[in-house]
Amino acid sequence: MRTETVNKKALLPKDVRKRLIWRRLKIGVIAAVVILIYAWAFRGFVKDFKINPNAGQSIKAIFNGIIHPDWDYIVEPGGEDLLHALIDTLAIAVLGTFISAVLCIPFAFWAARNMSRRRWISGTGKFVLSAIRVFPELIMAILFIAAVGLGPFAGILALGFHSVGMLGKLFGESIENMDLSPREALIASGANRLQTLWFAIVPQVLPEFMSYTLYRFEVSVRAATILGIVGAGGIGAPLIFALQGHTWDRVGIILIGIIVMVTIIDYISGAIRKRLV
Amino acid sequence: MMDVAKRRQLSRIKTLLSVIFLLLLLWGSGYRTQVSFQDLFSGIPNIFSALADMLPPDWGYFDYVTGPMLETIRIAILGTTFGGILSIPIILLSSRNVTRSPFLFYPARFILNLIRTIPELLLAALFVPIFGIGPVAGICAITVFSLGIIAKLAYEAVEAIDPGPLEAMTAVGANKIQWVFFGVVPQVAAHFMSYFLYAFEINVRAAVILGYVGAGGIGIILNNMLASFQYNRVITIILYTLIVVAVIEFISNKIREKLL
Repeated sequence: MRTETVNKKALLPKDVRKRLIWRRLKIGVIAAVVILIYAWAFRGFVKDFKINPNAGQSIKAIFNGIIHPDWDYIVEPGGEDLLHALIDTLAIAVLGTFISAVLCIPFAFWAARNMSRRRWISGTGKFVLSAIRVFPELIMAILFIAAVGLGPFAGILALGFHSVGMLGKLFGESIENMDLSPREALIASGANRLQTLWFAIVPQVLPEFMSYTLYRFEVSVRAATILGIVGAGGIGAPLIFALQGHTWDRVGIILIGIIVMVTIIDYISGAIRKRLV
Repeated sequence: MMDVAKRRQLSRIKTLLSVIFLLLLLWGSGYRTQVSFQDLFSGIPNIFSALADMLPPDWGYFDYVTGPMLETIRIAILGTTFGGILSIPIILLSSRNVTRSPFLFYPARFILNLIRTIPELLLAALFVPIFGIGPVAGICAITVFSLGIIAKLAYEAVEAIDPGPLEAMTAVGANKIQWVFFGVVPQVAAHFMSYFLYAFEINVRAAVILGYVGAGGIGIILNNMLASFQYNRVITIILYTLIVVAVIEFISNKIREKLL
């Protein structure tokens, strides 16, 4: 039996055998790296793992609060209530998305490969967009708070600038995937740059632009819910106060409010996007 | 002819109404949030002075933040892994072509959508009282968060698989476990790994801010430095994060290109 398998292997051409060995080696190295990473990660986890001595009580309190939410908080006479905070959150997301949809257009054309003749131009555009993406919203919010003070306007600006990173990338990709022949036809018939832009490029990319903007709006609504943690307006501020004060019934109603709002927005935006593309 | 003209007019009215609605929405939002561009313009010098405080970055600080940075990466790795493992039953339950019964896949999807609406920072804040201040709460938050992302993307991939092998498995009398293992898994494994890596990229970025609520990682230090106005250290942390995220995205993109 054994000699037979050895013979079979010997029958394979040399380069095939070599490739097989290489492949096994590669799989072995990858497996070793993955195992090492996990060994490192788990060692730290085991060392860190601890449960609060009164975790049982905390879990009970949290569940109790979430099951019995503070319904009175939905609408309160003073206006400092859930409904107003949610509307603020939505307003921040709407304006933030609008700002980024406008701001990202030049970036998108900058980063699109087929809009510039030289490769390094679109390359730097792509790099700038990914650098914007890494800057977390919360940090941007803090920067803008330094400029315009606490309040929703700082949140709007933070969202507006942060979203440029992702929207610019998506818009740029849709410009890259565009059909260029209408543009050439227009240039051939003597249209100027503005006319080619308006009649050949805009009609092609507009539905995708709108669809991506709506998608980004969904993401921004979620992001706007936490901006208040640093004081940039919206539902985040009452949320962090309730969390710090361990008023779990308040946390419960805010959680329900966020879930309902995000679900409704996702549903509406999804329905519109389906019709667009 | 009349019909075409009428339809064109209708579509024009529709566009006009949409634009009006959008403008009203923007105006209402601006009114509600008291947007004032005057504030912005008078505040621009403040932004620049904050940015000026960031320079030059405190390069010596790199050493000090390496430990917390590794902890952040660890939170992302473990959270994504646990989330990926836990997502498998939910993926199978939510797929129409695996579960077959609407009484199973609709509730599973409902739970999935529910999970996806909760911001990860809120999840972390809920886990901190249970596990104490530290990375374990962050890992739990990332677990739940990535469960949502991976399961949502992967169940759509499962629903798009080729039904041929599944029918063949049924025809030769495979039981449900064999059916899933030999009919479904080989077709979606590469997609699943790709979504797993995608979730990992998102999670590294998410893990950076988890420290804000005490859930471990570099966010705690970031928060302290911001609160004490040590902006030259803040920028060091941000630059470090930028490098780490860029490296991880590069590796993950390369692997994902190979996978699909």
